[in-house]
This record gives sequence, C-alpha cells and structure tokens, in this order.
Amino acid sequence: MMNSFKQKLRGVSISQLITLSACLLVFTIVLVFPLLSLFSKAFLSRADEFVGFQNYITYFGSPMLRASILNTIDISLWATMFSASLGFLYAYALTRTRIKGKVFFKYIALIPIFIPTVVHAIGLIYLFGRQGIVTGILGADIEIYGRLGIIVSEIVFTFPQAFLMFFVALEFADGRLYEAADSMGVPPLKKLFKITLPEIKYTVVSVFFVCFTLAFTDFGAPKVIGSSFNVLATDIYKQVVGQFNMNMGAVVGTILLIPAVISFIIDRLISSKNAGTLGAKATKLEIKKNNRRDIFFFAFCSLVTLCFLALIGSLLVGAFTEFYPYNMGFTLANFNFHESAGGIGSYFNSLKMAGLTATFGTAFVFIYAYMVEKTNGLGALRRYGNLLSLLPMALPGMVIGLSFIFFFNTPSNPLYFIYGTITILVLSNVLHFFSVPFLTASACLKKLDKEYESVGDSMNIPRWKTFLRVSVPLSLPAILEIFMYFFVNSMVTVSAVVFLVSSSFRIAAVSITHMEEAGRVSQAAAMSLLILAMNVLVRILYEIAVKLIRKKFEHKEIVTDAEKN
Amino acid sequence: MFLQMKNITKIFDKQTALNNISADIQKGEFVCILGPSGCGKTTLLRIIAGLENLTSGQVFINGKDATFLPPSKRNFGIVFQSYALFPNMTVMGNIMFGLQQKKGMTKDEMVSKAYESLRMVDLFEHRDKYPRQLSGGMQQRTALARAIALSPAFLLLDEPLSALDAKVRSRLRSEIRAIQKTLQITAIMVTHDQEEALTMADRIIVMNNSFVEQIGTPREIYDSPATPFVANFIGAMNFFQDSDETCAIRPENVIITDRHSPHDFTAVIKHVEFKGPLTRVLGEMPNRTEIHLDISSETADKMNLNENAMVFLKMPHEHLIKY
Repeated sequence: MMNSFKQKLRGVSISQLITLSACLLVFTIVLVFPLLSLFSKAFLSRADEFVGFQNYITYFGSPMLRASILNTIDISLWATMFSASLGFLYAYALTRTRIKGKVFFKYIALIPIFIPTVVHAIGLIYLFGRQGIVTGILGADIEIYGRLGIIVSEIVFTFPQAFLMFFVALEFADGRLYEAADSMGVPPLKKLFKITLPEIKYTVVSVFFVCFTLAFTDFGAPKVIGSSFNVLATDIYKQVVGQFNMNMGAVVGTILLIPAVISFIIDRLISSKNAGTLGAKATKLEIKKNNRRDIFFFAFCSLVTLCFLALIGSLLVGAFTEFYPYNMGFTLANFNFHESAGGIGSYFNSLKMAGLTATFGTAFVFIYAYMVEKTNGLGALRRYGNLLSLLPMALPGMVIGLSFIFFFNTPSNPLYFIYGTITILVLSNVLHFFSVPFLTASACLKKLDKEYESVGDSMNIPRWKTFLRVSVPLSLPAILEIFMYFFVNSMVTVSAVVFLVSSSFRIAAVSITHMEEAGRVSQAAAMSLLILAMNVLVRILYEIAVKLIRKKFEHKEIVTDAEKN
Repeated sequence: MFLQMKNITKIFDKQTALNNISADIQKGEFVCILGPSGCGKTTLLRIIAGLENLTSGQVFINGKDATFLPPSKRNFGIVFQSYALFPNMTVMGNIMFGLQQKKGMTKDEMVSKAYESLRMVDLFEHRDKYPRQLSGGMQQRTALARAIALSPAFLLLDEPLSALDAKVRSRLRSEIRAIQKTLQITAIMVTHDQEEALTMADRIIVMNNSFVEQIGTPREIYDSPATPFVANFIGAMNFFQDSDETCAIRPENVIITDRHSPHDFTAVIKHVEFKGPLTRVLGEMPNRTEIHLDISSETADKMNLNENAMVFLKMPHEHLIKY
C-alpha cells in the first residue's frame, strides 16, 4: 500500500504537489466548509439541536414566506423574457445589420454592469416615482414601487448579460448557409427560424438560465424598490439581519441555490456542445443592404440606449440638484456624504476592497489555473481543482455571504479574527467572482505552447521562474481582463458583502442602500455616480493597456525571410 | 553504453502506447526513432526526457537508473516540433534564460557560451530579433542553439523539421548532423519521415503500433527489413507468394528480361512510367500479384517495353527476403 503510493509519487515534482495542494486547500476552506455550515444550519434549531426538516416545514407553513417563492419566480420569469428578447434584438442589430454607431451602442449597453443593482432601482424611482421626472410629464403615477419596479430593475440588470451572450453567439455566422437560403428564395423570417435561431439554440438556453438566476437571486433592486413585495433575497436579509433567525435564513439560502444549481448543471451540459459549431470552411457572412431593416433596428437601439441614458441622466439630475424636485439649483453638496452611512470613507473603502480583491484575486486565480492546467501528472487533484473552480458560478452572492457568517463568525474557528475585517470581504469577493476569471485564465493558458514548461524543465529552470518570465508576460491581456472583472464587480456587489460589512468598515455599494433607506436619495445618486466613474475609468485604462500590448506585439511582426540557400 | 531502455511499457488510461520497449544507445550516436503517427515514438522520447511517467520498465542514463529522475536532472537539450521558443524574449534572451540558471558561471562566460552556440547555428547577427521576426528555419535553429548552449549530455529532437518546407528541411538535416558530429553529442530524433531517418541516423529504431519492429543501421533496415511492416514502411517493396512462402523484393532489385530461363517469373506489363534516370514498370504476374520494377531508363529504351507485353522477371536470391 505504502509502496504503491510511493511509486505513484515518483516522477511528481514535490514543489508542484505542494503548490497545487495549497491552492486547493485554500479553496476548500473558503468554499466547501462555509457551504457545509450553511447546510447544517438549515437543519438545526436556534439552540443548535438537530431538527431535521422542521425548519423547512415551518418555512412552507408560513403563507408570507411561501408567497415570496412565487413572487420571486414571477418577477424572474418576466425579467428573463424581456431581457432575453431585448438582448437578442440588440445583439442582432449590432451583428447582423448595417446600422451606424455600433461601438457607441455596444458600450452604452454595458453601463448597467458598472453600477450596483440598487442604483437601477434608484434611477427608476427618479424617473417614475411619486415625484419622478416622467411621472411629472405624464401626470400619472405608474406605481413603480413593488412588482413592476423590481421587474424593470431586473431587466436593466440582466440585459447586458443577455446582450453579451447573444452578441458572442451571433458575431460569427456561416455565410454559406445564408447564401444557399437566398439562392433558394427563402424569406427572411424563415431564415431567422431555420438558420439563425437553430445556430444559437444553446445560447438561448444559457441566456434564459443566466438571466433567471441573476434576477432570482438579486438583492439590491428588491431591497430599494420592492416595497412590500417580498422576494427570497429580501427574506433572507430580513430573517438574518432583522430577526437574527440564522436557521431560517439558511433555509431560504438553500432554496435560493436551486435555480442557480440547475442553471449551472445545464450550462455545464451544453457548454461542451456549444464549442466548435462553426466549421473550418465557414465563410464570413456578408450583410446585405436593407434600409427598412436598418431603420427599424437603429430606432430600436436608440430607444434602448435612450432608456439607459435616461437612467444615468436621472442620477445626474438627482446628484447635482439642491433638493429634487423642489429646488433644482445646482449643487455639489450631495457629495458631502452623511456620516451615518460611512461618508466618503465608504467610497475609499470600496476602492481599497476592490483593489485588494482584484490584486489578490487575479494572482490567486492565475496561479490556481496555471497549477490545474500545467502540473505534470496528479490528474485526480487537478480534476478536483477544475470542479471546485466552477462551483462559485452556482453560488448566489447571498448564499456566499450567509455561509461566510455561519462559518467564520464562530469564536471556535481559528479564522474568526478575519470576521468583520476587510479580509473577509476580499475573500468573499474573490470566491463570488472566481469562475469567470478562472475560465478566462485557463482558456488563455491552454493556448500557450505546453512545451514551454518542458523546455524550462530541461534547462533546469524552476517552474516559478518559467511562470513569471514566460506564462505571465504572454498572458498579460487576460490578466488585465481578470483584474478589471474583479475590480468592477467588487465595486458594485451588494449581495455577498451586505452580511459581512461592519460598522467600522462600510463600503459604497452597501452605503447606497442605507442612504436610500434613510431618505438621502440624492446622496445615493451621487455615490452611484462616483462608482460608475471609477468603473468606467478602470475599463478605459484596461482598453488602453490592451491596445498598447497588442500594438507592441504587432510592431515587431516583421518577418524577415532571410533564409539563405 | 550511454542510454539504456529496459522493457518500457506505457499505458494511457486503457490504451497501450508503448509495449515492452528495449533499446540501447551508444555514446555519440545519432539515433532516429522512426514510425507512423500514433506508433508511440514521441511518448518514448518524452519518457527518455522524463517529461512523461512510464507504467513499467527502466531508463538508464550513463549506467545509472534514471527512471524516476526529473527532467532537470537528466542533463539533455530538447528541440520540439513547435520549437517552443519564448515569444517574449529575443533569440539571445531565449538562450540566456537557461544559461542564467547554471551555477558557477560568470556573466561573461554565459554570454560567450551563448555567442558560441549562436555562431554554430549561424544566427549570430540575428541574436536581437524576436522569434516571430524569424523564418521557420531560423526559429528551428534558434531552438537548436538554445538546446546545445547548456552543453547537455544528449540531445532530443521531436520531429524538429516537420514544420518546414522541403528545401529548408533538407539543408537543415545536414546542418543538424554536422553540429552533432562537431559536438560529438548523443542525439535521439523522432521522425515519421523515412528519408530523414535514412540520411541522418547512425541507427534507426523502427516502431509500429507501440512495438519496436527493428533496430539497425539504415543499411540493415533497408536491405534486410525484419518484418513486412518495416519492408513496406521504408522504401518501396514488392510482396509475392512463392510456393507457400511470402517473399519480398525491392523494385530496383528485380531484373527484367525478354529471354526466359528457369526460375524466372512471367509477367504482363501494365504500365510504364518515365521518371527521369529511372523508369518505373508495373507488371502483373499470372496470379494477379502486381510487381513494381525500377530499371534504368536506358535499359527500358533498349527493351522497348510495351503495355500488355509479356516479360520475364528475375528475382536474384541475394535480394529476396522471405517471411
């Protein structure tokens, strides 16, 4: 037994074994253990006695809580249907028509990514609330608070995701299919249903589940605009923060996991099928001139863009006026944030947290992906690493936040000391946003010649040196993308960190909800603008950096075929 | 004996890549591992390098058991089919990257060592270029310079020429061989190109389907192939039945004549193809076996061969291989 183990370990580098194991151990402690404590909490009474399914029975026995489930499904379905349809049309306009201003439209569509979901709701209140700008113009209150407001907020929130996924799917098309259809005189609508939609059918499914899960688990918008319309995410918050009923919070948390887990499984099942549907012989699709089509889509895109700009515009109005809507004079006073919500300090805290998350997250994700991708042998450990890395995709932020409380907020835990500090916030963010960067990193590493490591090994160069001198420089664009992803998401996230912030360390996105709660909506708008500005800045810096890197590589691309004969 | 492989077996999942492979390589020898794609030749090279673990068997380097030695301790230089040049480093940078790792070398010694190997592959004036600024052949030579700069005990070449066009390839064959002879370094090269193996190698290990078919000098392999596979894989070979025996003969060894003598075979000419100095003739024996012949075009002219004409074929005993 011992002998065969030794035999197996021979030829395996000890340093690689240690590094990979360390990565997996950290991940296991941060991911698996907290989740286990969440699940166990759901089956315990307040006195920590095992009660089986009693908590679930109690939960489903309460008509109020039961209604929340239906409410959540209801708003998620509506939001998904709208954002999927709108996202499809928008992506179609940007990929399959000849409208002008595609770059402009594309970036405007991404705006919601750069602000917390709370802010979408605040924008809506400014537009459609009792004293809203549009309400004033129409002279009628459409009653934005409650179900309608949540649905619209979730559409705004999920639209960029739907749009981006459809955009990627529609960007490449096999021109031959359309040419063949044209030669047979197939009408446009039939082409849409017989060629375009079948080509992206897996994306349609993915979009549906992604949007549904996002809307289902979102906390920010329902918190601000939901009024008395209860959804699961706000229920958890009320149970945990309002009533200190951790066990009931855990129960709702496990229910929140259901669509996310289903979505995750379906995504895994179809992601393998989604790859490589385009044959090597595919030709580029030539988009024909069609004025009627272009006018329609230009109008459509303009309308969507206008809605987003109105949302941002309303924030600008709110942030820079004395006392909307009674005193419309210009002021900067709203940037003088009230101390009760942490003042401007919460913004700096957010920057610090996002910066640390991006720095450590990028380093960890990249080393982790490198070890999983490039280690010699150790197949079982690497498979485990791969599985772990994708799990966070199935975890709603609320579930992560909740499980972190349960796990780290027990004095017997040796890591108890990080509770209430910036460390736990950074940790929860790295975990929450881990999967997408991991996929980016491993896709990038897969493209690098696997023999770089072999050559390094043959020259007796330690792996860390090959990693730092070869893999990292060659992956710089991907690394910057990962950094930006972590930063932007950490700036806007509320769901995971809302349970973990302490009064001594507040962050901007959470403070916005508190400001709104306290009636300081104009300050909330001002803070939202600061977050948006920083995220846009980071995005611009990223684009410039990637351009410079590409240029540097292009510049050197002078093939001197000075082959002597 | 420099390198010894003993009963090496490698099983991936359930597929056997190498089946009980044994071979010895002498110091200073240039050995080619030759075989069709998927025969396990690259796996064998990677096992020699320590880049792949074996399922069972042993590898000895310089008489010492190196079966579980990590690659870094085996002291070899390697050139891959993709070259695997570090694209973010210049030619010089690629070579220095390994040299900097050597202990007990001053900076000047490293640089002069790098220059030395650059001059050897004739790339000295291109040392400050990046790999993507170089042609395929130059990239290949950079990889070679990088591999020899560390003065390794042996050199491993994994299909080093297969990504190049024919002209560059044939020139590099002789360059690689010349460098190997100058350095008197043991070299093992994997290739699927029989011509490459025949022209470059001191000895060839012919592999097929995870087994070693034959080990020998190019001459031995060509003149007396141990198995029908080797006979067919290297050069052209005719197979025919002669009184319950499978016989094989190279096209250039068959003699064609219009005068019958005992033990001759009869054949009908199906096709005559002028190929410059040689003419390829396709004959069909009465039992429908096809025989290819290479004869000098001069002879072909003299005999005035016509399609469907009946001829007699002599299969000289010394060239006949029986299986």
